[in-house]
Amino acid sequence: MNIDIFMLAIMDGVSYASLLFLVALGMTLVFGVMRILNMAHGSLYAFGGYAAASIGLYMAAAGLPPAWSLAVLVLAAILVGTLLGAAMEMSLLRRIYDKEPMLQLLVTFAAFMIFEDLQRMIFGVQPYSYPAIVDYLGVVDVIGITYTRYQLFVLPGAAIVIFIALRSFLKYSRMGKQIVAVAHHREVSMAMGIDVKRICLFTFIVGSILGALGGALALPTTSWVPGSGAEMIVLSFAVVATAGLGQVEGALVAAILIGLARSFAVYLLPEIEVLVPYLIMVLVLLFKPEGLFSVAQARRV
Amino acid sequence: MSKVQARMGPAAMPTPATQPASARSRPIVSPPAIAAAVLLVLALLLPVVMPWIKTPVIIAACFGIAALGVSILIRAGQMSFGHAMFSCAAGYAVAFAARRWPWLDSTVLIALGTLVGAVSGLVIGAFVVRYRAIFFGMLNLALSMVLFAVLGKFFTLTGGTDGMRLARSTFFGMDLERAGFETALLVSVVALALGLGLLVRRYLNSVAGQALSAIKTNETRLEFLGISAYRVMLTGYVLSAALCGLSGAVFAITQGLVTPEMGYWIRSGEIVFISILGGVGHPVGAFLGAAIFEFVKVFAGAYMIGASHLVLGVVLIAMVFFAPRGISGLLTGARKGGQP
Repeated sequence: MNIDIFMLAIMDGVSYASLLFLVALGMTLVFGVMRILNMAHGSLYAFGGYAAASIGLYMAAAGLPPAWSLAVLVLAAILVGTLLGAAMEMSLLRRIYDKEPMLQLLVTFAAFMIFEDLQRMIFGVQPYSYPAIVDYLGVVDVIGITYTRYQLFVLPGAAIVIFIALRSFLKYSRMGKQIVAVAHHREVSMAMGIDVKRICLFTFIVGSILGALGGALALPTTSWVPGSGAEMIVLSFAVVATAGLGQVEGALVAAILIGLARSFAVYLLPEIEVLVPYLIMVLVLLFKPEGLFSVAQARRV
Repeated sequence: MSKVQARMGPAAMPTPATQPASARSRPIVSPPAIAAAVLLVLALLLPVVMPWIKTPVIIAACFGIAALGVSILIRAGQMSFGHAMFSCAAGYAVAFAARRWPWLDSTVLIALGTLVGAVSGLVIGAFVVRYRAIFFGMLNLALSMVLFAVLGKFFTLTGGTDGMRLARSTFFGMDLERAGFETALLVSVVALALGLGLLVRRYLNSVAGQALSAIKTNETRLEFLGISAYRVMLTGYVLSAALCGLSGAVFAITQGLVTPEMGYWIRSGEIVFISILGGVGHPVGAFLGAAIFEFVKVFAGAYMIGASHLVLGVVLIAMVFFAPRGISGLLTGARKGGQP
């Protein structure tokens, strides 16, 4: 392997890991607070991409300069995450907090099936693409390799900004502290006067926006087709499980690990590329069933 | 529908009359048994009246057998969102074997598919069975996605997403034409469904089966009784994988085609759906669920093209909220935990 391929694999891996991290972050945040694994999270990813493409293409037709298309991506994600997240939390999740985990999983799986058909009805099955921002930002030379600025700067930048913003939000803001309290102990925080219902709704919306944002930011570099949601569920679960359910910092490390491993596999062993994220997850779970970064506690996985 | 009910009538009528005769404490003819009898009669007689319904009935029976397998694990409180991978693996094994040795009999192929299901269940189960709830469900899903991706990728070997065709093989040594082959398949799969239903009922009432439900209620106590939860779960897992393998083998032989779709998460979801709809309290539930599922797919499919999974999802949520014990739970009804 020469240095060019090595660098290429690293850059691919980092930009891929950034997207993976955003989606996994939403999933792990929701799990940490509500103890529910949202299987419909991949649908939010898919909807984020579709909504961004639809809005972006509409705006482009209306004469929006490509420089603004990044804002379109973010706005589409916020729109999708807020609408779908709020609808899902208020109509479904709110009613299943006291049910057994198996039924919770089943309900979110049912939501996933519903979303998958809705998505086909609304957006059809034809591929969407919206590369305006990638073309606008152009390419950059990194020691002899030409790479898009979007993937090299925007994606990792977005991941880092959101990671830091979320961490400081959870640590310093009033709402963030309440979220952490609910994650620690639901009943006690309720007794302390925290409006748990509101916190859950808010957390779920934030988690959904993160999932949709992952989709919206992934859109410019790929062509959006049906089925991308299902793949993202298992991939982001692989990240979340490798890190330990509910671990925010761990999700970052796990996403980079899996992202890099996968992009190296693409160049070195393309046959097993799809297997790599799962191999890592299986290996980690074999030796550390609670994930890499979980603190030991009486939790059954 | 009215035609179906009209046929249901004579089969079901005599049985309620005999019920008061049997002792109240231990009814010989329980509602689930009646349901099973009605299903059997329908499955064998409907194709006589409407020959085109033969394939849907076979496929419903296949789905029922797979759901029977998944419901074993649901009894233990564990839900697999990836069990279609065993059907898929068995289907491909059958396709490869039929291509390599065209003289193999269908019965041998079905046995082979079941074996492949059981062995892959043992290998995957040895790892997966250590996890519970979310991890169990998601690991199964992840592994099934891997199989799906791999089958689609190795185009030269598996035909990619187009799948593999398999020619019609002999049946018990007989070289049958299409109609006769389907009839033979129908009769044997219905007989298999009955036999397997009874077998699973027997298993669930055995020590191993009771220990399986104890994993759901209190696993720690089970371990304190000196029973290995790992072994109990692994037995259940292998059995469920074998049932899914059998179902996949029959499905592949019926369709004459295997595709990666057989192992897609949607198929696993449908199997889970059938188990929950039918209820896991009694083996007949899996087949009731499958019959309704296939009925809706065949008769109502025309009205909801592209919305079938939306409907499945809505029904699934409704079941969780209003009838978590499924149809068979409604049948056993007021007698709480009525079935032994």
